[in-house]
Amino acid sequence: MVTLIETQTQDYPAATDELPALVDLADSPVRDLNQALHEALDGQSWTVENPGGKHSLAVGIDAGVSVTINGHAGYYAAGMHQKGEVTINGNAGVGLAENIMSGKVHVKGDASQSAAATGHGGLVVIDGNAGARCGISMKGVDIVVGGNIGHMSAFMAQAGRLVVCGDAGDALGDSIYEARIYVKGTVASLGADCIEKPMKAEHLEELAGLLAAAGRTDDPADFKRYGSARNLYHFSVHNSTSY
Amino acid sequence: MCGIAALQLRNPLLHPQMGSLLSSMMCQIVDRGPDSAGLAVYDTPGLVSGNTSTLSLLGKDQGMPAAGIAAALENLLPASAGTTVKVVGDTTFVSSAVDTGLLAKAVRDTLPESTIIGRGEHVAVMKSVGHPMEIAAEHGLEAMSGSQGLSHTRMATESAVTAGGSHPFSVADDLCLVHNGSFSNHATIRRDLLREGVVFDSDNDTEVGARYIASRLKQGDTLEEALTSLGKVFDGFYTLVVTTADSMAVVRDPIACKPAIIAETDDYVAMASEYRALASLPGIATARIFEPEPGKVYTWSL
Repeated sequence: MVTLIETQTQDYPAATDELPALVDLADSPVRDLNQALHEALDGQSWTVENPGGKHSLAVGIDAGVSVTINGHAGYYAAGMHQKGEVTINGNAGVGLAENIMSGKVHVKGDASQSAAATGHGGLVVIDGNAGARCGISMKGVDIVVGGNIGHMSAFMAQAGRLVVCGDAGDALGDSIYEARIYVKGTVASLGADCIEKPMKAEHLEELAGLLAAAGRTDDPADFKRYGSARNLYHFSVHNSTSY
Repeated sequence: MCGIAALQLRNPLLHPQMGSLLSSMMCQIVDRGPDSAGLAVYDTPGLVSGNTSTLSLLGKDQGMPAAGIAAALENLLPASAGTTVKVVGDTTFVSSAVDTGLLAKAVRDTLPESTIIGRGEHVAVMKSVGHPMEIAAEHGLEAMSGSQGLSHTRMATESAVTAGGSHPFSVADDLCLVHNGSFSNHATIRRDLLREGVVFDSDNDTEVGARYIASRLKQGDTLEEALTSLGKVFDGFYTLVVTTADSMAVVRDPIACKPAIIAETDDYVAMASEYRALASLPGIATARIFEPEPGKVYTWSL
């Protein structure tokens, strides 16, 4: 039996009066940016220009810093993220915020495949669409997607909440454990052991909180909730065709 | 992992920049496949010309000098055909104002050991083993003009690292296919095609895909129909780009294992494995950028 891990609310340090450090990736390597972020102190902020789809931007942050990336990010942006806040004013490539532990990652455009995969905590907001396998193996992260998500999203999701304001692709929540999924639009199909569940007052309240945290004004009453039927937790030969 | 970059220029004013734009796209995908590379360019002056068939032959050394090959071919082809032989980088181009089939037969009779890697009135294909940017430089890509271009940097998975195993595969007039991924049932489909009389140049799984599409097109399929059919018959994971004399198509496998991103403006449509390959294209800041849906065939025509 998996224990549900409640996500902790993160308080971000107030912005300092100092001007944000400006990093132009047309002139400097990503490695230098990440090194500076690893040495950063709470409250500091960075603005990154000309990201040009480079990989591994703002990876491994472990302080209450704020990073704004003006443009499109490549693979694994804001991976292994803790405490800080990363905003991407553009699209993000494969593996956005992979293994996020806490803090916030906000993409104003679309995200590619495997967004917030294996995330343990924190909040990932994608204003546009997310590709396939969004929230795969999520372990406590909260994800709010303004648009649609692709197929096999929340596959083997163990804990956390996935909110989709658009439509979901095929096999949503396949082999899901205890994560909760809220979808406003249509679901192409549900994966193994994922079912629709009633929206109780506690769920409307939880969803309202998540939408507000993502800066959205959608009405929680328009959403449906999905989760685990808990039929496949333990191997049973009778279920062998369902796994 | 392989890298794909493809560009179709809708605005003729951009044609002179085709090579430099493709080169800038390609240098961003070298990391995805540094062991060999292939290029295909369309309507590039100096390499192809209208009403003339051009064959691209693998390797600069065909066992005899270019003048000797030209003389031998002229003996087999009509005098009025104006047969020429030119070596560019690691590729030998043979051009003649005859049907490609007739030219290919003459080349096979003259150079039985040669491998034809491209054919048609519009396309020139170049491939080699080594660092992709060196291959591009050796062929002078930067300075090339043209209407379309595609390049592939290869990390070999299903067959050996040889120039012949590099993409694109061009097995019918002006048709090119590049592939990121692998086909798991290519041996079965190869046997089916062999029974139909199709001849193969390599052990490469991608060549099976290219031969399959060529076979479907020959039977009357449109490019879109041929790629839809490929999606039903081929098992595996793939992003494919296919070009013809005036079209470009992109398709991903039904579970979208392999990456692809497309940018569209009034001036061009560009596709690459990763966004960073598109980042330096003109007008990219306002381009429509999207990832193709799994299993859906996208086509654009000039």
